[in-house]
Amino acid sequence: MSTEQSVEEFVPTTWTGKIRKSAQRALPYDKLMPETQPAYVASWIYVFGVLTIAALAMIIVSGTILSIEGPTWWHESSTGHFVNSLHFWSVQLFFLFMVIHLWGKFWMAAWRGNRARTWITGVIAFVISIAAGLSGYAVQTNFDSQWVAFEAKDGLNATGVGAYFSVTNLGQMLMVHIFLLPAVIAIIVVAHVLFVRLRGVVPPIDAALVEERNRVEEMQS
Amino acid sequence: MLGITDPPVATPTFIEWGWFSISIPNLIVIGVMVLLFALAFVLPFPGSHGKDSTGDES
Ligand code: HEM
Repeated sequence: MSTEQSVEEFVPTTWTGKIRKSAQRALPYDKLMPETQPAYVASWIYVFGVLTIAALAMIIVSGTILSIEGPTWWHESSTGHFVNSLHFWSVQLFFLFMVIHLWGKFWMAAWRGNRARTWITGVIAFVISIAAGLSGYAVQTNFDSQWVAFEAKDGLNATGVGAYFSVTNLGQMLMVHIFLLPAVIAIIVVAHVLFVRLRGVVPPIDAALVEERNRVEEMQS
Repeated sequence: MLGITDPPVATPTFIEWGWFSISIPNLIVIGVMVLLFALAFVLPFPGSHGKDSTGDES
């Protein structure tokens, strides 16, 4: 295998080769998984994106256990009740971290420097997460979920979207909640993080100039 | 029997202020988020590899 061949020398003849070449040029490994970050990243506000991912991982792990064991287990055994609570509280933390992340990115205008796609995938993640949360409340299979589903049905029907799905349809909501929306969120989050890596972490507004100066100095040395 | 036959979660207490009303739990969560947001900017971040900060000018 010619690992020594540089990306630029490589002339692809197939579509897999073309994809590989453009991926290697856009995101070489050192850019994809860097070992260092600019000094301004040493602040707690940059941790909230990863905290959101950590909460999402807990949601997926606890949700997987819930779907293997089933509703009787999570209603009637104390272990089941515990895992159910773990799922619920991970969601609360997920939204809490995501909102602080969003505020942080909003106030540092993190869409600067051709980073609109990062912001937009964030917006989509936020909206879809709300739908995932609602569908979750609708599939608890208790009186709470019945009440939530019937209240939500009236609200959604008032907007007209009730023509496409019904929150009172437990089978539909279950599939939406445990497959469709989690899959979409996972894909969006991967894209979101890849977009961050593609452009690098946005410099704080007043550090953008310092960053530029350092880059020039580095090129000269 | 845990949960399944319990009545729905009790209605929380609401704070009313003219047209504006908010439940205490929601108010607490928003308060916690604002607090964490503020702390994220003022608390020192540990373990930055001793490299001189570039953006540190204020
Ligand atoms: C599922 C929810 C989300 C996850 C898991 C997530 C994850 C991340 C991670 C890990 C980063 C890089 C580290 C950091 O700066 O924190 C990041 C950056 C970013 N996020 Fe999110 N995020 C989410 C939602 C959002 C939302 C709702 C917005 C705003 C609408 C948003 C906007 C941004 C922006 C603009 C950046 C890039 C900043 C830069 O390029 O320096 N994200 N996100």
